[in-house]
Amino acid sequence: MNRKGEVYRVAGPVVTAKGISPSMSDVVLVGNERLMGEVIKIMGDQSVIQVYEETSGIKPGEPIEETGEAMMLELGPGLLGTVYDGIQRPLSVLMEKEGTFIRRGATANGLDRETKWPISITVKPGDQLKGGDIIAETKEKNVVHRIMVPPNLGGTVAQVFPGEKTVDEVIVKLTNGTELRPMHRWPVRVPRPATGRLMPDVPLTTGQRILDTMFPLAKGGTAAIPGGFGTGKTVTQQQLAKWSDADIVIYVGCGERGNEMTEVLTEFPALTDPKTGDALINRTVLIANTSNMPVAAREASVYTGVTIAEYYRDMGYDVSLMADSTSRWAEAMKEISSRLEEMPGEEGYPAYLSSRLSQFYERGGRTNNLNGTRGSISIIGAVSPAGGDFSEPVTQNTLRIVKVFWALDTKLRERRHFPAINWLTSYSLYSQTLEGWYQDNVDPEWKQLREWTMSLLQKEAELLEIAQLVGTDAMPKEQRLTLEMARMVREIFLQQSAFHEVDTYSSMKRQFTLLNCIKIYSDAAAAALARNVSLHDIASLPIRTELTRAKFEKDMDTILASLATRIRPEMEKLKEAAA
Amino acid sequence: MKDYRTITKIAGPLIFVEKTDPVMFGEIANILLPDGTVKRGQVLDTSRDQVVVQIFEGTAGIGISSGVRFLGETLKMPVSRDIIGRILSGSGDPLDGGPPVIPDKKLDINGSAINPYARESPKEFIQTGISTIDGTNTLVRGQKLPIFSGSGLPHNEMALQIARQAKVLGTGEDFAVVFAAMGITHEEAEHFMDDFERTGALKRAVVFLNLADDPAIERLITPRLALTTAEYLAFDLDMHVLVIMTDITNYCEALRQIGAAREEVPGRRGYPGYMYTDLATLYERAGKVKGKKGSITQIPILSMPGDDITHPIPDLTAYITEGQIVASRELHMGGIYPPVNVSASLSRLMNAGIGPGMTREDHKVVSDQLYAAYARGKDLRGIVAIVGKESLSEKDAKFLEFADLFEKRFIKQDANENRTIEGTLELSWELLNSIPEDELSRIDAKFIQKYHPAHRSAAQPAKQAPPGKAAPKAKAPAPKTAPQKK
Repeated sequence: MNRKGEVYRVAGPVVTAKGISPSMSDVVLVGNERLMGEVIKIMGDQSVIQVYEETSGIKPGEPIEETGEAMMLELGPGLLGTVYDGIQRPLSVLMEKEGTFIRRGATANGLDRETKWPISITVKPGDQLKGGDIIAETKEKNVVHRIMVPPNLGGTVAQVFPGEKTVDEVIVKLTNGTELRPMHRWPVRVPRPATGRLMPDVPLTTGQRILDTMFPLAKGGTAAIPGGFGTGKTVTQQQLAKWSDADIVIYVGCGERGNEMTEVLTEFPALTDPKTGDALINRTVLIANTSNMPVAAREASVYTGVTIAEYYRDMGYDVSLMADSTSRWAEAMKEISSRLEEMPGEEGYPAYLSSRLSQFYERGGRTNNLNGTRGSISIIGAVSPAGGDFSEPVTQNTLRIVKVFWALDTKLRERRHFPAINWLTSYSLYSQTLEGWYQDNVDPEWKQLREWTMSLLQKEAELLEIAQLVGTDAMPKEQRLTLEMARMVREIFLQQSAFHEVDTYSSMKRQFTLLNCIKIYSDAAAAALARNVSLHDIASLPIRTELTRAKFEKDMDTILASLATRIRPEMEKLKEAAA
Repeated sequence: MKDYRTITKIAGPLIFVEKTDPVMFGEIANILLPDGTVKRGQVLDTSRDQVVVQIFEGTAGIGISSGVRFLGETLKMPVSRDIIGRILSGSGDPLDGGPPVIPDKKLDINGSAINPYARESPKEFIQTGISTIDGTNTLVRGQKLPIFSGSGLPHNEMALQIARQAKVLGTGEDFAVVFAAMGITHEEAEHFMDDFERTGALKRAVVFLNLADDPAIERLITPRLALTTAEYLAFDLDMHVLVIMTDITNYCEALRQIGAAREEVPGRRGYPGYMYTDLATLYERAGKVKGKKGSITQIPILSMPGDDITHPIPDLTAYITEGQIVASRELHMGGIYPPVNVSASLSRLMNAGIGPGMTREDHKVVSDQLYAAYARGKDLRGIVAIVGKESLSEKDAKFLEFADLFEKRFIKQDANENRTIEGTLELSWELLNSIPEDELSRIDAKFIQKYHPAHRSAAQPAKQAPPGKAAPKAKAPAPKTAPQKK
């Protein structure tokens, strides 16, 4: 333990050490300031280390210290509501210690050592325990935090110590001498075990109409949101973090803007969870490693996020993990790989890009846990393709793994159609498996309505190509009506304002009713058209304005209910007027 | 301090030195030439066997026998209050004939990352007097909003107009301009200096000039010197600092040059794989932080090679900055100044800086409606080109006309025209008046009642119910919802 060697070479974030013999992925402390680093390559007596902090000022000959273990996270009560950097240092603690700027070499415990948690022990002496079993409960914010035996330990309970405890006080002693505390440590790159996987057949509802109705994600599923800059990846991710019906949300800001993290930090405490009424921040763990923070810590940040997600999943919770953006994570891999002078794969990314991506997404899923509970991790990864071109390696390798693809579109963005998710290229492989749920819980007509919408939009795309050539006036009136109705679907249903207090969240019921009203309008319009009413009269029926604006009104439910009954008679009146 | 005479290799801007005592990563080195001149460099790679130094002023004149002296510290910028009003070179030496800056502090030019937890959300509206920025791509204090331009486009004019006119409504706080020129021509630099002098801005500016014929490698430190100065002014002296950096493309070229000289594995178009992180360490130095009065707002300017927005430089920049103002060659050729391509431009922090109490309650919806209507009008131009104007419906013709009006009246303005935000919004309503009212689907009925010219002229003087066609139902609640909501 704690063998010491010395720095041999420094080149950016990569440091070569001599005189130590660590294992791969071990953490070492570099230089006089003891900066944290991880062993990424071993060549004879030289070890190559990626350092999680700025390295300028370090010179050959400075000491290097082994710790003999891989990078560990502290898991226990106190995670929720905290903002960490990529290597689990709480940023609020760093600010208290260091001020506005993050000075390097700063250390801080992942979990606060002072707070006393009221622990109620759920086991008694003589109980047999295995890894993952729940031994105690405490209240973390408003979430029941279940304290578990670390997956690799077990034994018979000898003694219990209930009461107010800090995270590192013993609460259960086993006959084999093992002491269990509210906190345990777990290596960040090792997935936490579970007994088995379950099919994801419950949707993760998000309150976003185009996502829930058109391209749903299942709890335990994986999704990718690729899009060029400015298309709304971050807004979509934040909307999902705010409104998805997960119990716990892990938000990883990986190599993104500092101000965006600040926005999350100022907004989340003010917003309430539509399900519990509690502040959103109280169910959220934020991991912020912005673009100008050290690149190696950025590489680690997604693992930190997913490990915390697994920890809450093991308690039986539905967790959703947003990673914004996985491209920045891939770029961190690329940067480190090029410093190691590895042979590059496609577009300079390392050859192991694809396997790293799939390992990461595979840590999602719906599981039977070691302790018999069921939990899930839904992973939603934003992708920032270079030049907005989806054929680049990160997007392509991600698409081979994920089941849901929400394609953000620069064209839609330019016409301020938000969310700028392209309905023609996006897909969800869960829509079939989730059908049952929607029919039972939303409306038996749900499937038909969705299919009607999809085919209407599809038809619109075909007709628009013709319209480009001949102009709409030369088209038959039925086709022009189709275009007009598709426009209603786009403008009323698909467009949704994340910044409007009412429109920002739409319950499943409302989504259905709103879409159904459009269908009623469309059917009535088709009937009217058949009776030779002019298209202009049909399209400019005053009730249409009411329908357009209904989604912004607080009493939208009553408005929609009344619209549903009034549309058809209004349309029928038109016939008389035209006759 | 030892002088080493152990240079073994010189390649491009790099020299390789052997058999040294341990040298720090990032340490500054002086190279002593036989003729007595001294060149400066910085350590890029250090080991027991070999040290690689990048030379800022170019390696011309350096030979195997030149001496190398390592100074035992990383690159620092001397700063004090007196730096305001100075003109310095790209390496921070005085160019204005004045004495060297007597430092109050010497700061590491790489700075440190701002703790995201210590940041404050930028939300103070900056009025630039330019409609396409204030109205549709609002700038706020602490934002980084680049101008994406092309060669031959008037991006410098735009930057100058912003620097001249930018102000936060209702405040008279201390502000300063930090100007970092990287590889721009003497003529361009002259243009900036003239304007600064003419408007008196120079008294509140710090200027760093690395011109086209100055060493390329120096460009890598120029913006860092400028930003270090900006941080000192903002966070030590509580000033609001506007940083203009031009041209980022030249900076990236220098970065590529170093990468090539080090024989690194190149990324897209030959630029190094770490360019994103490198650019982030510049751009992310903008912002506002808790407990400090000052702020740093950045306007980087970059020229897109071949007007290609997917080129790695604009692409990576836009992934870091909070939006972009894109200049359009088409508008410029059409005689429209400032030639802002509104559809491709974006300000990500706009929503935080506009609305009641900051600009006006209808700002967001009006802006959205302008975007949507302009996009529709532009689409129709494509159709008209194929099928002719006659086949357009009456409604479509209105949108087509709107697109023209929008360009001629909203986008176009004089280089000295300083429009208030009120003026910009009034103008917007006037233009929106030219399309049918029931097409204003983005605007809440209450705002239409309150601001639409058709209703205002009818409703206000005569005090009778407006003869509105659309949304008769929504009329009733309009008066009571309008004034409140902070």
